[in-house]
Amino acid sequence: MNFDFSEEQTMIKDSVARFVREEYDFDTRRKIINSEEGISRDFWNTFAELGWLSVPFAEEYGGFGGTVEDLAAVMEELGKGIVVEPYVSTVVMFGGLVAASNNSALKEAIIPTVIDGSCMGSFAFAERQSRYELADVATTAAPCDGGYRIDGEKTVVINGGSADKFVVSARTSGGQFDHQGVSLFLVDASADGVSVKSYKTMDGQRAATVTLANVVVAEDQLLNDLGQGMDLVDQVMPSILMALSAEALGIMATLNSITVDYSKTRQQFGSPIGSFQVLQHRMVDTFMACEQAKSMLYRSLCQAGEVAADADADSAEFLKSVHALKVTVAKSGKQIGEEAIQLHGGIGMTDELNIGHFVKRLMTINVTLGDRDFHQKKFNQLSYSGS
Amino acid sequence: MDIKFSAEDLAFRDEVRDFFASEFDADAAKQLGGVQSEGYKAAIVNWQKKLHAKGWIAPGWPTEYGGTGWSVTQKFIYETERGAAGIPDVVPFGLKMVAPVIFTFGTEEQKARFLPEILSSDTWWCQGYSEPGAGSDLAALNTTADYAGDNYLVNGAKIWTTFAQYADWIFCLVRTTKDMRKQQGISFLLIDMKTPGITVKPIVTIDGKHSLNEVHFENVLVPRENLIGEQDKGWTYAKALLAHERTGMAEVADSKRMLRTLKQRATEEVNGGQAMINDPVFQLRLSDIEMELMALEYTELRVFASMAAGGMPGPESSLLKIKGTEICQAIHELQLQLAGSYGGALQAVEGELSSAELGHDYAYEARGKYMYGRAATIYGGSNEVQRNVIAKAVLGL
Repeated sequence: MNFDFSEEQTMIKDSVARFVREEYDFDTRRKIINSEEGISRDFWNTFAELGWLSVPFAEEYGGFGGTVEDLAAVMEELGKGIVVEPYVSTVVMFGGLVAASNNSALKEAIIPTVIDGSCMGSFAFAERQSRYELADVATTAAPCDGGYRIDGEKTVVINGGSADKFVVSARTSGGQFDHQGVSLFLVDASADGVSVKSYKTMDGQRAATVTLANVVVAEDQLLNDLGQGMDLVDQVMPSILMALSAEALGIMATLNSITVDYSKTRQQFGSPIGSFQVLQHRMVDTFMACEQAKSMLYRSLCQAGEVAADADADSAEFLKSVHALKVTVAKSGKQIGEEAIQLHGGIGMTDELNIGHFVKRLMTINVTLGDRDFHQKKFNQLSYSGS
Repeated sequence: MDIKFSAEDLAFRDEVRDFFASEFDADAAKQLGGVQSEGYKAAIVNWQKKLHAKGWIAPGWPTEYGGTGWSVTQKFIYETERGAAGIPDVVPFGLKMVAPVIFTFGTEEQKARFLPEILSSDTWWCQGYSEPGAGSDLAALNTTADYAGDNYLVNGAKIWTTFAQYADWIFCLVRTTKDMRKQQGISFLLIDMKTPGITVKPIVTIDGKHSLNEVHFENVLVPRENLIGEQDKGWTYAKALLAHERTGMAEVADSKRMLRTLKQRATEEVNGGQAMINDPVFQLRLSDIEMELMALEYTELRVFASMAAGGMPGPESSLLKIKGTEICQAIHELQLQLAGSYGGALQAVEGELSSAELGHDYAYEARGKYMYGRAATIYGGSNEVQRNVIAKAVLGL
């Protein structure tokens, strides 16, 4: 039994940490998010050169052949710098779906371009009415000459404005809420009928509304068998949630350490505020909240490893852990974020200080792919219903 | 990252599991289930003698004194299996508290005199630390031991002394020298409970039971040979003991078992024809606890893994007691809530009505556990003191 990162994982973790420490200070980040595109292409190329974009992909496509544990190692460090470059949307979500699909021609074409940094991608799943239910898909894909014709609107497409390609969920059969009948298509951002309206989000990142009107895609752009798209989504979703949670863990640990350090220097009533017991106990509580979130991440990672290695492993237990992870990260994140602002006092309210920006990324992670209540309900259904 | 045990460790787990399954029978479970019940002392001594016969009574002791020689992993497995089987821990005062002080700081005569009977559960020990004026601030203690001739003359009072009514011996922190810094001048004394001048007064707790006591000392003569180590150094020995006792406080296996029972009962309790387990609000309360416990289980594993690798436990170990006790209390609370209005019935099981007549079988026990369970965040260093310790030692505040 051990909970250490391997030598290889430690190397890549250290390399991300060094980048964040030496190249991605808060002012640099501010300049990037205020630039026209809102991300740094130069840094993206650096990520490619350092091999970070290859982490989860198989060696046959030029990848590092890593697991979700490797992804988590990268994401935790990216979180410490609240890095806005679209690692989650391109590598983990878009790349993860393509890599898990059964369309080998597509994989051969796309994965190397993700790895070398030339292709940014995004998963366009949400719709105005869908909230967090991924199978609630009103966008349609109907057979036509040359393949399928897609019509519909996708909302909150993460980094949609910079994406070269989208994985779009569209209904090819069944009713609006049916799990079956959702298909995943690879759609070029420059295809006729695709329009992308980008906007800023509170965490310094960008999202877009993507409208698809009479967009024709060839049949060979299907990621999985027709109507089986949700199986692919279900397969990849735990890794996405674990990666996001690892990012949140990096943020929470950073918020805690900044706050504790601040409390040692900030003087009030003639003493550092960290000497006041009421504040000490609250910082102990946020320390415990962070450790519990870390334990839940490790639980999920360990079980992911078991499920990957052994077909007989308990995949229901693993899914419960992942839902519990997202809930725990939301709870701990809210507590840690709010206490960080409170303990900083007035200065914690300012846009100038980094605290609020870490908090806003935590808030965004909470509502990405299901908030606390959504995942707790899923957990309850898996755990108690039918008992 | 992995949570695999070796084949040898898994074989050991099976051996422990089999032993518990065959030896801890329903009768023992019943007698040991309700702490402080009639015949409790006999039942626990009987059970501990079984463990002694098996050679498993003292996993924490060095082998030369009768310890098991188990690895960190084996100790962890043993504790986990014990909690999962619902077997109460051994009474800690002799085996886990005074014995390590004796074998670490005691003389050869003291080791030979006391350790064998602790190991065989033939002497029952209690702990004389807290006083009416010294609770969480233990070093404020005022019981005095004046050295005169070859004896100490002990005067004062100890309080919250668990099972003093059964005890043959008490180990005490006493003040031997005044006018020193308050942690200094304290000595560690072993006192025979039959010595003239000792009186034990029961304290009935809010669960209606008697496990706590006051122990009063009036001119009690204690021979010098019962002093552990050097005079005035007792605080050091007591602190070393606390470090010895750090592990196993999260009680994850116990909480997991209690939660399983709670879920089972929630399938049987109905409201408006619907099982409580299907009630969405109840589910929310249940999963709030269950998820905290899932996280704590891995916090405990993280601590264990670093110790098994020969390292010191990391800062995460400090939260085990706080979170473990908070989760325990949350389970007790939900259990009592599940019992509904039956939770108010007094003595329904032991007294006027049978559980069949009352119409409910676990409400009485649930209330007792809830009430007595409030103590868990008070003893062993209250959770507020634990937070002080983490603030200082981990956060550097």
